[in-house]
Order: sequence, then structure tokens, then C-alpha cells
Amino acid sequence: MAAEKSTREAFGEALVELGKENPNVVALDADLSRSTMTKLFARQFPDRFIQCGLGEQNMISIAAGMAATGKIPFASTFAVFASCRCFDQLRICISQPNLNAKIAGTHGGITVGEDGASHHAIEDLALFCSLTAFTVVVPADAIETKQAIKAAGNTDGPFYLRLGRPAVPVLYTEDYRFQLGKAVTMRDGKDATVIANGIMVSRAIEAAKQLATQGIDCRVLNMHTLKPLDEDAIIQAASQTGVIITAEEHLLHGGLGSRVAQVVVSEKPVPMAFIGIKDVYTKSGKPEELLQQRGLTAEAIASAVMATIAKKQSK
Amino acid sequence: MSKNTSTRSNLPNNPSTPARFDLSHSELKYTAKKLRRHVITMIAKAGSGHPGGSLSAADIVTTLYFKALHHDPKNPHWPDRDRFVLSKGHAAPILYAALAECSYFPVSELATLRKLGSRLQGHTDMRLTPGVEMSSGSLGQGLSFGIGIALAGKMDTRNYHVYVLLGDGECDEGQVWEAAMFAAHHNVDNLTAIVDHNMLQLDGRCCDIMGLEPLADKWKSFNWHVLEIDGHDISQILPALDKAKATKGKPTVIIANTIKGKGVSFMENNVDFHGKAPNAQETETALKELE
Ligand SMILES: Cc1ncc(C[n+]2csc(CCOP(=O)(O)OP(=O)(O)O)c2C)c(N)n1
Ligand SMILES: [Mg+2]
Repeated sequence: MAAEKSTREAFGEALVELGKENPNVVALDADLSRSTMTKLFARQFPDRFIQCGLGEQNMISIAAGMAATGKIPFASTFAVFASCRCFDQLRICISQPNLNAKIAGTHGGITVGEDGASHHAIEDLALFCSLTAFTVVVPADAIETKQAIKAAGNTDGPFYLRLGRPAVPVLYTEDYRFQLGKAVTMRDGKDATVIANGIMVSRAIEAAKQLATQGIDCRVLNMHTLKPLDEDAIIQAASQTGVIITAEEHLLHGGLGSRVAQVVVSEKPVPMAFIGIKDVYTKSGKPEELLQQRGLTAEAIASAVMATIAKKQSK
Repeated sequence: MSKNTSTRSNLPNNPSTPARFDLSHSELKYTAKKLRRHVITMIAKAGSGHPGGSLSAADIVTTLYFKALHHDPKNPHWPDRDRFVLSKGHAAPILYAALAECSYFPVSELATLRKLGSRLQGHTDMRLTPGVEMSSGSLGQGLSFGIGIALAGKMDTRNYHVYVLLGDGECDEGQVWEAAMFAAHHNVDNLTAIVDHNMLQLDGRCCDIMGLEPLADKWKSFNWHVLEIDGHDISQILPALDKAKATKGKPTVIIANTIKGKGVSFMENNVDFHGKAPNAQETETALKELE
């Protein structure tokens, strides 16, 4: 069994390390530090932790003010509240003036599970990608999260980092080197490419393994940086494999699938398929049950790959 | 006390006349305990949920559903019903327990809380659950929603009253104060806000996370009629609800001083049980304490 760890936990630890390296790093939270794991930073640096109470919009604008004054604020709350509740504050106070503020949204996607529709962040990535100044990162595991947090802290400009609640498989080893805006080839292949991010990366790898037993050689890309996209990797995949499938824990609109499709259609049109949540609010249930219900599984990816390869061949 | 079925028979058959459960003081106390037991059992079975804020609100919710509210479980969409808006939607279990005991749906359905396909979502869903008036889960919005219902009632010259239950941590949200300013400015007197003042939020004590005090003075300065009570004492809850409804020209807020986790010793005043299910051992102990 591979080791498992949640990306929010890795975020909490990485923030402490970043705090040690750079005294300008500060953390803000809105009455969720026990869940977002900024409590670790609060314990280590009580004077650089700002408890905002249950006031997310206020928190975002405060973070912006601190960024305007030379601090490197990491503001954290659940992904739903960070995106939906604070959108105007993000747009006016952070994105338009292009300030050096970092937003960490934990409990992203539907793997929040039992809390239900109000807590399922399925549109956060679309919203953050629409904020023109933002860099948007969706790490796949704990090791990538740590490095992404460091990269965000050390790169000027606004960032959104989407993190998850449950423990997820660790895919990388410590010698992994995260590069902002550069997709990672998790597995090479020539028949099709699955482009995934977040929790869907491990599922895409699993799908590729299943397909290999049927003689299908599937490439898997981890598109951890959703914005800016690694267009070269996408065009190369389209040219070399002729089939692209995207897989994301998000609505099909405005996230990975939409963004990759724009590149494919304009640069190298090939048959595509999209794994994600179809225009629906998901309800309470166990994380794995919800993923099964919405077809966010290795099996669903594998059959989408087969069906799309068939389209390529019939062309 | 009388069984659920016999309290149901207290309801007039014609829903256009005020329909009301009319439990006695001792029956209300008994019912509150029963609802607390449901809360523990449901959350334990679900393996997740928010016991603390459900238990602190148990006496208020019981008094509303089994005494104060005009409602008809056979006719959840009765246009003249009083409305109860649970703004602090994470306390859904106490609302579900009350609705089930009022026969909006079978008590057995409580066991499906938070499960795939259940009508009982982790946070309230007005489209799924009979008797639930608002979909919530993102704190700070219920008072505004309640004002909307109250204004519509006035426009249609309906006599119903709207009750909104807020958390004290929830009062950190700016929208609560936008709504407070609005309700006083527009004389929304067919609405009563109740603050479940249990002194705890998620990260810790309200006084450490975001100072709220003087809470009563804040509402007063927003031109509200303010009442302060012990939110576990039914002999204080009932008269406060009556007074609130009788007050014309301005909205009333009842600041109900409560204990988070009330009724289960190890959950009382314990922030760890804000959003954590009890394990098997804890469940057994809790149910014993609530006998
Ligand atoms: C807008 C929003 N921010 C954060 C949360 C996460 N959250 C759920 S309950 C809670 C604490 C609520 O405290 P309080 O209002 O005092 O409720 P109670 O003590 O009655 O449980 C928080 C921060 C949320 N549900 N909505
Ligand atoms: Mg509270």
C-alpha cells in the first residue's frame, strides 16, 4: 500500500517551513484553522497568524492590504468560501492590482463528502481562472503540495492553491522537482493522453495501467498548473497521441477540460473526452461513493480513452 | 408524555386555521431530551456531523416546533405557516430530529443522515427535506433570507411569523449586520432572530476568535428590540417568543445564552465536538446521560 496524506496537511507543514525561510510570510484564516491546518503556522508563529473569525470577505481584503505593504499573506479557508463568497474582493483587491497575495482553498472538490452541496467546491477553479492575474495550482499529492506552496511563496503575484480534505496517495518521492507551469509526464504513451490534476492524477495512472493490459499505450500528464497552462505539452500530446482525455474533480465548465480544449481546438484539433462533474450539484455521501456516482474513476477514464480512440480511428 | 401520534391529533384538521403542537412544559422538556438523543444517534451513525451546535439549540428548536410555531406537517407548504429558518445550517440534525418527531417524515429516516441518496443532507436542503425552509451551510445568509420571507408575507397580508436561528460565531459575518440594519430600517417586525449564544465557534472561544461583546448593545444600536434569556430554560424561551411576536414596529432578537454540547457532559463547552461524531463508547455514554 502506498503512503497516503492529505494535501491540506502538507500545506500546513509547508507554510511553517516557508515561514521559517521568509519572515514576511503571514497566514490568515477565517475560523477554520483547525481544518485548513494553518493551526500549525499559528502555533509556530503566533505573531504572524491573523485570525479573522467567520469573515471571509474581510479576510481577503485584509490580505490584499498586507500584500500592498510588502507582506506575503497566505489566506486560507474552504475552497467554496474562498472562491464563491469572496469573488469581488479577489477581483478588485487582489487581481486587478496584481498583488502578491496567496489564497489556499482547502476541502476542494466533492471529496469533502458528507457535508453536502454547500461545501462541495466544484466551481472554484473556473472562478479563479477567470481572475486574470492569478496563477492557479492543483497539486496531486502531499509532496507536490509542499513544493507548490514554496513556489507560490517565492513567486511574485496572486496564487490560488486548491487543496483537499481526505488523505490521498503519495505519488512522488522527495527528489521530485515541481516546476510552475510545466506539466509532468507521469507515464509515457503513444495511443492516447489523459491530462489530469489533483486527485484525478492517481486515477488516470490507474486507468493507464488497466489499458496497458489491453495493449493500449496511454500517456498521463499531471497538469498541476491550471493557469498558465503548459500549452506545449498539450500540443505535443495531441500531435503524438491523437487523442486527449481530461480528468478533473470540478464542473466540466471552466476548469481543466475547458482550458485544454481551447488549446487543442485552436492548435491541433484531435478527438477529446471529458471526465468531470456534469452541470449538477452533488449531494452528501462518502467521498469514494460520490466519485463513483459521478464517474470520476479509473474505470470511467479507461472507457473514455477506448471510446475516443475509436473515434480517432473512424475519422 | 403522549406519543408522537397523539400530539399529531392536537392539530386542527383545517390547515387554514392556526395549527400548532401544544405540549406542556414537562412534555417540552421530555421532547428536548428525546431530540438530543436523536442528534447523538444520527451523528454517530453518520460518522460525521456537528453535535455541539445541535445540542445547544435543542431547547429552542423544541419550543418552537412543539409550542410556538403554527405549522402543519401534513401540509409543509401551507402558505400561512410560520417559518423557522436555520441559518446555522450545520445544526441540521436537531432540525431533522424535530421535523421527524412532528411527522414531517418517518423517525426511522433519521438513520440516513448524510448518506448517499438521503433526503437528510449534511447541511439543510429546502428542496429535499419536507419542512426545511432554507438551503444553508454557508453561514451568514439566513437572516437576509428570513427578511425576504417576512417582506413577502407583509406584501401578501399573511399573518405568519419568521424565526431565524443564528450562531454566535456566525455573527462575525458582515452580511448578518447588513441584514440587521435592513430589518430595523424597514420595520420588519414579523421576524424574530434568535442567537444561539454558546460562546464557541469552530476554532475556539468566540472571545478569542472574534470578540462579539457587547452583543446585546450591538443589536440595540442597530435599533432592534433585544431580549436576553437562558436558552435552555423553557420557562424563559416561551415568554420571550411571545414578547417578540407581540412587539410591533421593530424586529426582535432573542440572545439565548446556551452551552455548546448541552446535555452531554464531555461535549459541553468542548470545541472538539463542534464538528466531530462521537465514537461507539462516547455514544453509549452520551445516550446514558440523556436517558
Ligand atoms: C461562510 C462560512 N464560513 C465558514 C464555515 C465553516 N464553519 C461551519 S460551523 C463554523 C463555526 C460556527 O460557529 P457558530 O456560529 O458559533 O455555531 P455553533 O457554535 O452554534 O455551532 C464554521 C466556521 C461555514 N459553514 N460558512
Ligand atoms: Mg457558537
